[in-house]
Amino acid sequence: MNTNTVGIVDYGMGNLLSVYHAVEMAGGNPKICGTPEELDQVQRIILPGVGAFRNCIINLTQRGFVDALRDAVFRQGKPIIGICLGMQVMARRSFEGGVHPGLGWFDADVIRLKSNDPSLRIPQVGWNDVTYRPDSIFFAGNPEKPDFYFVHSYYMACDQPEDVQATCDYGGIVTAAVGKNNIFATQFHPEKSQDYGLQVLQNFLKWLP
Amino acid sequence: MLKRRLIPKLQIKILPFAERLRPVLVTTRQFGKHIEIGDPVSQARIYEAQAADELIILDLDASGNNRGILVNVIRKAAEVIFMPFTVGGGVRSVADFVTLLSNGADKVSINTAAVETPDLINEASAALGAQCVVLSIDYRQDKTGKYSVWIKGGRVKTKLDPVEWAKEGERRGAGEILLTSIDLDGTRAGLDVELTRQVVESVSLPVITSGGCGLASHFVEGYQKGGADAVSAGTYFCFKDENTMQVRSHIKNAGIPIRLHR
Repeated sequence: MNTNTVGIVDYGMGNLLSVYHAVEMAGGNPKICGTPEELDQVQRIILPGVGAFRNCIINLTQRGFVDALRDAVFRQGKPIIGICLGMQVMARRSFEGGVHPGLGWFDADVIRLKSNDPSLRIPQVGWNDVTYRPDSIFFAGNPEKPDFYFVHSYYMACDQPEDVQATCDYGGIVTAAVGKNNIFATQFHPEKSQDYGLQVLQNFLKWLP
Repeated sequence: MLKRRLIPKLQIKILPFAERLRPVLVTTRQFGKHIEIGDPVSQARIYEAQAADELIILDLDASGNNRGILVNVIRKAAEVIFMPFTVGGGVRSVADFVTLLSNGADKVSINTAAVETPDLINEASAALGAQCVVLSIDYRQDKTGKYSVWIKGGRVKTKLDPVEWAKEGERRGAGEILLTSIDLDGTRAGLDVELTRQVVESVSLPVITSGGCGLASHFVEGYQKGGADAVSAGTYFCFKDENTMQVRSHIKNAGIPIRLHR
């Protein structure tokens, strides 16, 4: 088995094709996983996602991914990266359209972007520069303050500052990436952020937590 | 700080060649006469190399009859470009959204169908998220200065006012507004910064403005005078010895936040 088979969780939400090609470009061997059983055949996991939080957690639950992901991540210790909504769903709850429980992997709430600057638009759409922790292995090889592509109206507010790997400024400090143990996640889309994004994915593929 | 965006627009017509249909990159003038430029996927690859911020790919035929050919274009594009792209032209249903998104598009633009059945905006936004619903508004200004929304590729005038329509689009759940001045399309005479400004001040969504870029300074005007979050151009990048990197330097020098590197 290729040691870098990367399972892309297919739960009906997210631009899987872009993630697939980006993983290939970054040197990994992507595999779309439409069932929880398929996660057994991969070494690493990508949890993508666009759309609404509530639909995301419902789809994950209905397709049996919630338990399978918990097993893969916490018992088997497989490295996982969440992208955008796939990051937010790792929080304990979200306030998007009501209050909805998440996977609870991070002590964090998902709250609406609240910009101090009325000229800034919601959602945040576009390229924003990211400040990352100098010791973060996920951003190694990138310049200082690289630009990444964001599209979101909500963001993850963490209780534990040490979980935050990177931030961006959008009328205030906004969490751009989180990580702990074998879990990493980005609010931005590395698969849509050209060279810098591919570098982040490459770092994830090499990561041995 | 969030950067302003520079978005090349790829307009496609499905044209016969050697008894087969194939997708051809074209430019238009005031939505009329088109000029054939080349292969859309090759051009998308060039824009990737030049670090464009996003792309917009539009099927001008918009009949939906040749959806397979358009899908093939975006599948191929998705293999070679690693930036977001919007696809539009003849999108009429949530099922059309799903087809395009599942083949690599990040956002889908709707125009005629949104005017004819505005609930499509609500339905697509609820089912797939506001972030992928781009309300595309084509408009003209008459001799008295009054603006109107036009549909069906600029052939049919509606009673809608572009500013009011943008506001309704936001209420219904669109995630972004794409403005195109039919009068200025392909003329290289400069953007309609006036209407752009009106829309920007009326909605809180990101606004992309297009139609009329002929000089690097026109992009700057779109951001500074129009207040647009993004400027899109087709003709500008197709005919002149200009590319996104040069324009970006010009924008940067005007003091506007713009991405410089890949």
